[in-house]
Amino acid sequence: MTLLQLFISFFQVGLFSVGGGYAAVPLIQDQIVDSFHWLTVREFSDLLTIAEMTPGPIAVNSATFVGTRIAGFPGALIATLGCILPSLLLVSALGVAYRKYGRLYAVQTVLATMRPAVAALIASAFLTILLNVVFVSEPAGQKVDVLATVLFVGALVAIRVRKKNAILTMLACGVLYTLSHLLIQF
Amino acid sequence: MKTGSTKAPSLAQLFTSTLIISACTFGGGFVIASLMKKDFVDKHHWMEESEMMDFVAIAQSCPGAIAVNTAILSGYQMRGVPGIAVAVCATILPPLVILSLISVFYNAFASSTVLALLLKGMQAGIAAVILDVVLSLGETVIQKGGAVDVAVMILAFAACWFLKLSATWIILAILLFGIVRVLIQNGSKKEASK
Repeated sequence: MTLLQLFISFFQVGLFSVGGGYAAVPLIQDQIVDSFHWLTVREFSDLLTIAEMTPGPIAVNSATFVGTRIAGFPGALIATLGCILPSLLLVSALGVAYRKYGRLYAVQTVLATMRPAVAALIASAFLTILLNVVFVSEPAGQKVDVLATVLFVGALVAIRVRKKNAILTMLACGVLYTLSHLLIQF
Repeated sequence: MKTGSTKAPSLAQLFTSTLIISACTFGGGFVIASLMKKDFVDKHHWMEESEMMDFVAIAQSCPGAIAVNTAILSGYQMRGVPGIAVAVCATILPPLVILSLISVFYNAFASSTVLALLLKGMQAGIAAVILDVVLSLGETVIQKGGAVDVAVMILAFAACWFLKLSATWIILAILLFGIVRVLIQNGSKKEASK
């Protein structure tokens, strides 16, 4: 019964959260905190913190976290499946339509109109992350994180000019930042 | 199945690439989409840049997580239905495993200073990767697009960054504009042929 309820709840999250990311948060809260009391408000805010610190979409992270709490690993699997099933059905259908009709002149014109907007949206996501990297909030106010800013510039040169691997560069930034902070402390 | 200069990956290659991207990506659908673009388009030439852009637009305007939606679309385009299964599994496997473990060891995890430092440092790298993708995409729009494309890019950016409108509404508004554009073009063609 619990497994079925988990599945139905996360199916709804997957179905009604258009736009991904934080658009899904109120829906998830409604299901797992308000309707079924699977998590307390405090646990839910912990979950959001974890979701931010770990890879993967928030909806999938929440499904796994709540699923494990309620019914162990099978719960995690069922909740995650429920969460991605609406996408699997609808988006796969669109994928088939894209391959069939995507080269039609009219469809190409509409899609070509949308591509610059996608570039703009990614640019906006970039600025949000950059502000987060450059500034740190401290009790005294905002401060510039010099080390993170230097790493950002270095990583940009590595990726854009030296054509280094993107993921390895990201990991190197993480390691360098941690080591420098630990060295400063000692 | 594939046209032009792109070649389809093997299912194992698709799985490995997607798994690595999914396991190392923090912070929202556009981050993973940027990394997929760098890997699938720039590095391996499995897809065209324009296809990737179309998929991100579709993924953004559909229900569900952007990362999962983009994986479904690009998996299908590259390798058909088995491609969907492989790409989706590779996308959800890292969060599934990591979150299962964390739900058990939550306290140790949340209070770890080293982890917080590691994440902050990685974010600097992520910002660089996304800027690299943004610059490439912007270059394409400015070099190959017309005045309308540049205007759409500027307006969409202003709507998202300054007006804080949701990305989904922006994509849907541009979709409507695109449809109107096609209708007007068809109308003027009929006029010309009379």
